[in-house]
Amino acid sequence: MTKGYEELPITPVSDTPSTVNLTGNWRVIRPVVDKEKCKRCTICWKFCPDGAIILVDGVPEVDLKFCKGCGICAFECPAKCIVMVKEGLE
Amino acid sequence: MRKVMTGNYASAWGARLSRAEVIAAYPITPQTSIVEKLADWVSTGEMKANFIPVESEHSAMAACIAAQAAGARTYTATSSHGLTLMHEVLMWASGARLPIVMTNVSRAMAPPWSVWVDHMDSVAQRDTGWMEFFCQSNQEVLDTIIMAYKVCESKGVMLPAMVIEDAFILSHTSEPVDLPDPAIVDDFLPSYAPELKLEVGKPMGFGSLVRPDQYMEFRYKAMLGMKDAHDRFLRVEQEFKQVFGREHGGLLERYRCDDAEFVLVAAGSVAATAKDAVDALRAKGFPVGLARIRSFRPFPHEEFKALGAKVAGLGVLDRSYTFGAAGAMYTEVKASVYSSSKRPVMKNYIAGLGGRDITPKILERIFEDLMLVTKRPEGNEVEWVEVAGLPRRWR
Repeated sequence: MTKGYEELPITPVSDTPSTVNLTGNWRVIRPVVDKEKCKRCTICWKFCPDGAIILVDGVPEVDLKFCKGCGICAFECPAKCIVMVKEGLE
Repeated sequence: MRKVMTGNYASAWGARLSRAEVIAAYPITPQTSIVEKLADWVSTGEMKANFIPVESEHSAMAACIAAQAAGARTYTATSSHGLTLMHEVLMWASGARLPIVMTNVSRAMAPPWSVWVDHMDSVAQRDTGWMEFFCQSNQEVLDTIIMAYKVCESKGVMLPAMVIEDAFILSHTSEPVDLPDPAIVDDFLPSYAPELKLEVGKPMGFGSLVRPDQYMEFRYKAMLGMKDAHDRFLRVEQEFKQVFGREHGGLLERYRCDDAEFVLVAAGSVAATAKDAVDALRAKGFPVGLARIRSFRPFPHEEFKALGAKVAGLGVLDRSYTFGAAGAMYTEVKASVYSSSKRPVMKNYIAGLGGRDITPKILERIFEDLMLVTKRPEGNEVEWVEVAGLPRRWR
């Protein structure tokens, strides 16, 4: 599986985007959105450092393939409609 | 065509004749007149290049890296604190295997604040994966820039290079310089054509993350590139000689070393003065010679091994000092000589820091000291030359 040095390019180059790296499995806590309380301000979408918030009709959905569970969305949400829940304990 | 010009203008001409396509630079004494001249030529259209003014040397190198990755031949110039500010991105340039060529006008590091010649800045970049070529004349500055592009861009090497001129002694001193015909330089140095580059229609990431199972292989490949640069440099210089009729002595220039018993090693402009000292002592019958380090990276290890086996005493003059150790060139030469069949007695001379003159007289005193080294090897191994307050006099 491991390539010998001669088979490698001169420097590491990649023609695939980093979206092939599904970072969701780094997560130990996940954001859960209370869509009733959501004011549709989109602040969570603006602050998410991984672009893991997808807006559906202005309401956030979390893309769990990429969400690392950092909790910035929950921290920033002025309506306090996002809570972080331990994985597997929902 | 022969013109009288400073070392800085020789650098600018080197970049112009090499047809650098992107120049990104930030001014710093005593490098300023290099980029001033280039900016002037770009603005009048005499040189076809993109000139990117930036807010720091770190940004200058970052811009060169990006442009070079996109397939452009790039050039920058800096000095002293500007070079050390680049340190992080210098490693990026070599790791990404981008053959950028840069002039460093070698100047002391502060404090104490100083704008004068000293090799501390260049020596401190020893481990960045850049080639480092020290020059002793303005002609050599120009020629080395053209040769450096050819060495750097060759397929087996693909590493960046620093061409080093001594602050003021070369940068601001005018000498006659032969400007080669641009058409002949174009034949000697074809345009840059990398195998991998950034292209709009073909998105690619450079310098991607690799895991521990591949990191060493990429470093190994860079090591092979630097190793190849040694012989490539010699071949390129021979080719240069055939085309332009001059050469500057390979990676380690040896002056009157063939039958010498005591050889002094030096780099940069002081080596030219030391040749005069060698001539003066030879006229009196002393068996002395001068070995000039042109390439600090790749280091002329085998050349020193051979030289070390032939001489009784080998002195190394460092124009910088590595605190807690010795002069960096001294420790490198000593390491090379260790595997010689017969080892000479060695001594390190720290001289000329912060632009202090190293006169022919002082160099003669250094040679005289070196000639006694085999008779009293118990003396100081590392000696600071001409420090006020020390009992020893060197004039």
